[in-house]
Amino acid sequence: MTASSTRTGAAIVEVTDLHKSFGSNHVLQGLNATIKQGEVVCVIGPSGSGKSTFLRCINLLEEPTSGSIKVGGDEVTDPDCDIDAIRRNMGMVFQQFNLFPHLSVLGNCTMAQMTVLKRSKAEAEAKARENLEKVGLSEKADAYPAQLSGGQQQRVAIARALSMDPKLMLFDEPTSALDPELVGDVLSVMRRLANDGMTMFVVTHEMAFAREVADRVIFMDGGVIVEEGDPEQVIGDPQEERTKTFLQRVLDPTHVDAGAEDAAYAKRHVGEVAADNFVKPADTHGHYSGG
Amino acid sequence: MSTTITEEAPTKKKLSPRKRAQRIRWAQYALLAIVLVVFALTANWEQIQSAFFRTDMIKLTLTEGLPNALKNTIIYTAGAFVIGLILGTILALMRLSSVAPYRWIASTWIEFFRGLPAIVVFIAFSLLPLAFEGLLIPFDPYGTVWVALGLVASAYMAETIRAGIQAVPKGQIEAARSLGMPSGAATRKIVLPQAFRIITPPLTNEVILLVKDSSLVYVLGLSASGYELTKYGRDLSSSNVNLTPLVVAGFCYLIITLPLSYLVRRMEARQKKER
Repeated sequence: MTASSTRTGAAIVEVTDLHKSFGSNHVLQGLNATIKQGEVVCVIGPSGSGKSTFLRCINLLEEPTSGSIKVGGDEVTDPDCDIDAIRRNMGMVFQQFNLFPHLSVLGNCTMAQMTVLKRSKAEAEAKARENLEKVGLSEKADAYPAQLSGGQQQRVAIARALSMDPKLMLFDEPTSALDPELVGDVLSVMRRLANDGMTMFVVTHEMAFAREVADRVIFMDGGVIVEEGDPEQVIGDPQEERTKTFLQRVLDPTHVDAGAEDAAYAKRHVGEVAADNFVKPADTHGHYSGG
Repeated sequence: MSTTITEEAPTKKKLSPRKRAQRIRWAQYALLAIVLVVFALTANWEQIQSAFFRTDMIKLTLTEGLPNALKNTIIYTAGAFVIGLILGTILALMRLSSVAPYRWIASTWIEFFRGLPAIVVFIAFSLLPLAFEGLLIPFDPYGTVWVALGLVASAYMAETIRAGIQAVPKGQIEAARSLGMPSGAATRKIVLPQAFRIITPPLTNEVILLVKDSSLVYVLGLSASGYELTKYGRDLSSSNVNLTPLVVAGFCYLIITLPLSYLVRRMEARQKKER
């Protein structure tokens, strides 16, 4: 990836007809997506919809079964492509933080800078401290990950990724493993990052965050992109039935959907025949736009 | 059904499980005490002392060449440990490699040297010059012992190290790779340091086993200055027709192994606290 290929507004990531199977489990069934320079794209969807797999395919933590992923013009799936060089320009933040427990916070942020970018120790530490400052943890530089709260660990993970000066940041459910009261700190760091113009691809369950920060929201279900567009439109006024159902459940978990409850009850107690009266897969299938 | 239970309960007074466990424990203490008393009364203490703990023999053993034997045991073990650790790490990485022939070689090696009794390996090693004429292993006699003992140790350690590597969460290597670190650097700087932290207690256990296995290297045919504790004690025992030297040599092993096992316990306790 060269600097000239990533002008503002240019596509950084282009995904075409991406398929991924784990054995007979067809997790991704033909995705098409583009991430542009400076854009914040949030992916939402029920668990098992393939959104994390989608994200992990972009930096090749998962090997796609077929399809094309172009990052800065380079085909990631091409065996000739230097994946390490591409990953250098792409930060990743994991659900489980994945800090290196044997290294201090500073060590976590300098290790890859020194081994991969060949920066001097002083240079790497200056960069690390600058990014720790950014996530509000400069005083924790000498602490070890086990001494930090989940929210602090995740912010260190963000600082670690930022220390590589990435052109794109991938977030894989960054707040899902956190206690509720710690989510806000991580989200505000991400919000600031977005305001600074970082290109971000975020898999999340935080609808309020997606609505506020995202330039574009992708709703995935069953391995396909069901709906995609402006957050106000996708989250505020969803067009697809599956998006509506999902958002209803997420935004108002205590709300009891009488029809769905009945269907679930019928499936448990009466058997398939009765359940078929409520769920008509053949009918709903016609609404899907993804693929 | 329920009526029979309520009727039976008062007639046959059953002990509560806790009371019963207590009684069994007391019975065991009593039995132990009886065995000790009977042994103390029947044993011929003078005879025992003259067979195992003759004071003049203790003095002789300590002054003759014990420090040298102790030093040899430690040097043999330490060198074999270093060789075993290096070879074991290479073997463990080969076993986890995606290259099939590496896995085959490592598996064969490990199964072979783990399956054979150590003494058989040493005997075979002592005959090696018959097969390879002019074979010369440097640092005689240490070099030969190090290599022979190190080969046996490598097989055990490889399995321990492999378990340690596999105990490092997959997310660690993913995090390292997603930062652009090549696979080799991620293994060296992220996975191995964590793996060795996990396996320090079992690895220390292996050192203890190695200390004891070093008692078998006498079959390699060492000169007197190369004797380790067991060989030294046994030779002195048979020339004086008394077991005391061997007993003293035996206690010297405890000088090495007891601090090591204490260390293992400390490390395990600390690891438990960290979790």
